[in-house]
Amino acid sequence: MALSLREYRARIKSTESMKKITRAMELIAASRIIKAQQRAQAAAPYARELTRAVSAVATFSNVDHPLTREEEDPKRAAVLIVTSDRGLAGAYSSSVLKEAERLAEKLRDEGKEIDWFIAGRKGEAYFKFRQRPIVQAWTGASDQPSYDTAADIGRVLIEAFLKEQGEDGDVDEVHVVYTRFRSMLVQEPTAVRLLPLEVVDAEEGVEQSQADLLPLYEFEPSPAEVLDGLLPQYVQSRIFFALLQAAASELAARQKAMKSATDNADELIKKYTRIANQARQAGITQEISEIVGGVNALADANSGND
Amino acid sequence: MAASEGDALQVELVAADRTVWSGQATMVIARTVEGDVGVLRDHAPLLSLLTDAVVEISAEEGDVVVAAVDGGFLSVANNRVSILSERAILATDIDVSAAQSELEEARASDGDDAESRIRRAEARIRAAEHA
Repeated sequence: MALSLREYRARIKSTESMKKITRAMELIAASRIIKAQQRAQAAAPYARELTRAVSAVATFSNVDHPLTREEEDPKRAAVLIVTSDRGLAGAYSSSVLKEAERLAEKLRDEGKEIDWFIAGRKGEAYFKFRQRPIVQAWTGASDQPSYDTAADIGRVLIEAFLKEQGEDGDVDEVHVVYTRFRSMLVQEPTAVRLLPLEVVDAEEGVEQSQADLLPLYEFEPSPAEVLDGLLPQYVQSRIFFALLQAAASELAARQKAMKSATDNADELIKKYTRIANQARQAGITQEISEIVGGVNALADANSGND
Repeated sequence: MAASEGDALQVELVAADRTVWSGQATMVIARTVEGDVGVLRDHAPLLSLLTDAVVEISAEEGDVVVAAVDGGFLSVANNRVSILSERAILATDIDVSAAQSELEEARASDGDDAESRIRRAEARIRAAEHA
């Protein structure tokens, strides 16, 4: 490491500006994550009421609905992967893709082929690079998903699911792989089966106890038609939930990644400063020894002349 | 649950991404696929699909809350009324001129969704006029 002092100074400077950038990104992610959590909370009442209504219909009528019907011999499965649009979020996108690969392997072992649906530019790039076909991709707003996006995704998936077996683009199962937001520190990639629907929601304990006390509803116009209206909305709200969770996870992952980048920059700056100081000191020592050497040589020469 | 809370209905008007209005009310009027329905206290449990139309909530404080919903459904049980819609908007928040131009645009177009767009825009305008 025999670089000149000037070069070390330049490195320190560039690391410092890098640190400023990562610090700014960390703060931005931290402020957005609060908003993302608020959005997730605001969407919760809708999901809760919808779940209640769906379980009410499911409890009081034995209607067989196409969306809850299991195909006897499932051949194709659709997998929706929720990734981010932008990078610099640590292992966020790659861990969700890894989870998707794991699910794909399991499905292939069961003899199913897979149609891929992707949300987020990172996942799209991953598949394009490997030249694997994607049925449809949604990109553009991974860190603040709108309900319209979720509704669109839901529509496409339901349409594919409802096609008869053997028809072009038919799928018999729909899975979603997204990152669940557990806390600021823990986000775990999860794979869930979305369709055929299983209308049991044990996610919240409260839901269960309320479900036991469901009143005897009258259905207008008829249980079957109410279910027909409810289920697609239920699917869309589940997708919206997944997108919101993924958005919060992405921001948390980015904040974490940027925090460690900032810490690393700090470390580097410290290291470079030490080396730079050493180099400066070495320069001074060398200059002194040169001067002393010169003086001594001069003195020797003078004494020889005398 | 809410049966013990005085003599009002506990109403929640919820859109997919937020709660639009919630509070105590004496009456709720909504338009289901079968026709208008009014809900008072001690209404029988009901689950019903809504059309794109206006929902009227007579709040306990005396004022009437009017909102436009794009479909969705109504659920009544134990004096709790939930109105769920993918999009629900309060009359006071409706931009009438935007709804008017949307209506004209929808009338001019002849796509598959033209009819539902017309209905939605009309519902918004009606709600705004109502308020």
